[in-house]
Amino acid sequence: MEWIQQLINGISLGSIYALIALGYTMVYGIIKLINFAHGDVFMIGAFVGFYAIAGWGLGFFPALLLAMAVCAVFGVLIERIAYKRLRNATRIAALITAIGVSLLIEYGFIYVRGAQAAAYPDVLANKNYDLFGIQVSSQSLLILVVSIVLMIILHFVVHRTKIGKAMRAVSHDMEAAQLMGINVNTTISATFAIGSALAGAAGVFFGVYYTKIEPLMGVIPGVKAFVAAVLGGIGIIPGAMVGGLVLGVVETIVSALGFSQWRDAAAFIILILILLFRPSGIFGKNAREKV
Amino acid sequence: MGSSPLLKVQSAGIQFGGLKAVWDFNMEIHQGELVGLIGPNGAGKTTCFNLLTGVYVPTEGDISLEGQRLNGLAPYQVTRKGISRTFQNIRLFNELSVLDNVKVAYHSLAKHSIVSSIFRLPSHFSGEKEMEEKAIEFLTIFQLEPYLNEKAKNLPYGMQRRLEIARALAAGPKLLLLDEPAAGMNPQETHELMELIAFVREKFNLTILLIEHDMKLVMGICERIYVLDHGQLIAEGTPNEIRNNPKVIEAYLGEEAAESHAES
Amino acid sequence: MKKVKGFWIYVVLSAVIYGVIQLLINGGILNPFYANTLIFIGINIILAVSLHLVIGITGQFSIGHAGFLAVGAYISAIITMKFQLPFPLALLAGGIVAALAGLLVGIPSLRLKGDYLAIATLGFGEIIRIVFLNIDYVGGASGMQVTHLTTWTYTFICLFITITVITNFTNSRHGRACISVRENEIAADAMGINTTYYKVVAFALGSFFAGIAGGLFAHNFYIIQPGNFGFLKSFDILIFVVLGGLGSLSGSVIAAILLTVVSTFLQDYPETRMIIYSVVLVLVMLYRPQGLMGTREVTDLFGKWKGAKGGNSYGK
Repeated sequence: MEWIQQLINGISLGSIYALIALGYTMVYGIIKLINFAHGDVFMIGAFVGFYAIAGWGLGFFPALLLAMAVCAVFGVLIERIAYKRLRNATRIAALITAIGVSLLIEYGFIYVRGAQAAAYPDVLANKNYDLFGIQVSSQSLLILVVSIVLMIILHFVVHRTKIGKAMRAVSHDMEAAQLMGINVNTTISATFAIGSALAGAAGVFFGVYYTKIEPLMGVIPGVKAFVAAVLGGIGIIPGAMVGGLVLGVVETIVSALGFSQWRDAAAFIILILILLFRPSGIFGKNAREKV
Repeated sequence: MGSSPLLKVQSAGIQFGGLKAVWDFNMEIHQGELVGLIGPNGAGKTTCFNLLTGVYVPTEGDISLEGQRLNGLAPYQVTRKGISRTFQNIRLFNELSVLDNVKVAYHSLAKHSIVSSIFRLPSHFSGEKEMEEKAIEFLTIFQLEPYLNEKAKNLPYGMQRRLEIARALAAGPKLLLLDEPAAGMNPQETHELMELIAFVREKFNLTILLIEHDMKLVMGICERIYVLDHGQLIAEGTPNEIRNNPKVIEAYLGEEAAESHAES
Repeated sequence: MKKVKGFWIYVVLSAVIYGVIQLLINGGILNPFYANTLIFIGINIILAVSLHLVIGITGQFSIGHAGFLAVGAYISAIITMKFQLPFPLALLAGGIVAALAGLLVGIPSLRLKGDYLAIATLGFGEIIRIVFLNIDYVGGASGMQVTHLTTWTYTFICLFITITVITNFTNSRHGRACISVRENEIAADAMGINTTYYKVVAFALGSFFAGIAGGLFAHNFYIIQPGNFGFLKSFDILIFVVLGGLGSLSGSVIAAILLTVVSTFLQDYPETRMIIYSVVLVLVMLYRPQGLMGTREVTDLFGKWKGAKGGNSYGK
């Protein structure tokens, strides 16, 4: 029975990874950039939620929505200020810029606020439900349910709306999409907005679930979410969800087996195995350079 | 043509996923020949080159050079066996000088080791000197010696094509593959290119396989032509035979044209 | 031959720089703070030049270089602290084991390209760090005590060897092979270059010198901890190479000197330092993506000894 509990913990953690991974995968799919700053958007989301709840006394859902909105704007700003000029730059220049933006957000935030950690307010009274003898915390359940709802909304947006169609078109072939009259800039901004909003939501969930947040909190989950995106096949939305969940569960199992010190290594080992044996990920197709 | 062929391809083919890009590809090229490979866009010509040079591993069939099997060799191994190539979209080492571009092609002919280079042993100096002398001599043949120190990316387009051919030849091939050497050239440049190809063939006693869109060029210089359409060979013969082959006309112009051609 | 003359100018110049600074240190004119900064600059130059070989020359985008620094640091510390063996031996052993680690990491991962290689090397770097974190023999998270053995003389000798070896390697058929891989891997392959071999060689050689730097680094502090070798450290090294100009050895040397000086003066304000770093990094990428020097070398500007070049000219 304890195993099932661990599994549920893993799925909760995994859904946080999945939410962050979605932003990575959408951005990579559309402009082929590993947006290193994405983990920091997640951090900003956690802090916006923190200030909204602890400072202004907002409830969980208003705080969640606020964090998502702020992160959406923030994500678009990052794209407009730093990444937009890089569309024709080399991949290396783009990657280094992303690293630079990430460091700037982290240390800029520390400069303004200080590096100390904050305790997340207890906004959701945590109850443990007893489901057929399994203890399930209400927080885990809520996080899971809200994540699933967000992913369903995302799926709807991507597949049923005009902007979603534009996003898919641009990720397929930016020039052709432009020739067909799609506003590429708006589409890319929308992608950053949606991805960042999801990361913001993940930030609030993380705060509620782990109760401790600090300015560098986005680094490791950010990299792991990227691992999740690669695991599922980068650029593929369902892949990011599955990748996130798998990673969350694997990490929880590694911890449960008594190797919690190696938990972070597990993610990287998965990453390397995937890159070596199936670089296109679980759902990806193989593509190679044309000669 | 009684002697054994230089290059022999026996029903080679490749699939990507479920898609057959090229199949049942047969080809024999004899020492000293100049052979053309033509076909409409997307017929699989470059794929054939990639099969011959080891970029793709054939999923079926056999490729051999002078009786030695090439299947499964990496491109650099194929080059060392004696097939070198140019690319449809020029692939020079842009930041390297013209001279260094050719020196790279001489790489596997030199023997001095990494250790000798790091410690600057005599073998390093003699090896490098020999490479440099050879490369300069070679570039002189191609009339590129005024540009020795120029970065490859700064050369005009026609010169870049010329350098790419020179570089491919420096690797010492028995068989040279030219992938659309006249692409993007004006008639004057194309004419010069034809002369260059004829010249190097003579000079190096070379065997050449050439992909080309420019029919005039192909018909003008090739002795034999293979025609590829939808990943399959549809004809082989002398330029004259190819010109009058209804299958070829159909592939190029569509069925109607073929019919009207037959009527006329 | 001009080339040989240039080499001797380089040797003499190096000896003069070394001698003057050593005299200043002995004479007490350079206080320990400045002497230590110079050592630190030397270590950072070694790191920058070793990564320059991998990224700048061979074009393989590795962002896990701190992992090899860690291997060198821990191995050399084990040799001096646990086995009480001499420091030079420890440095060499650190370099060799780091090179082996480089082979271990490089052989599987160098098949990957661009972003994927970057992420894989970042992952490997982190795994190396986590491994040290979990080995009690080297103190785990709390780290390992190390005696202060690094001196200006050791640093300078290592620096001199690093630059000489990497320059000599670069200016040979082997270095040209590496540059051809950077410029166009498919064409290099078609020219008979065993691209995988040269990528792995460059990676292992780069790791070797990172390991040497690790030995100097470890014995310049009193304690080493896995936390010193996280990916922020890798980014630090990456920044030297990128700001200096991908493909320019002298560029990465200059960037390493400038940035080490800047960060030394800002060491009491780590956030400010990181903000300046990141702003400079972003601005350079947006407005001068080729970096300070592009692929040129300082020596090109003087037109004298064209030794340390990234392959854009040649001396005759």
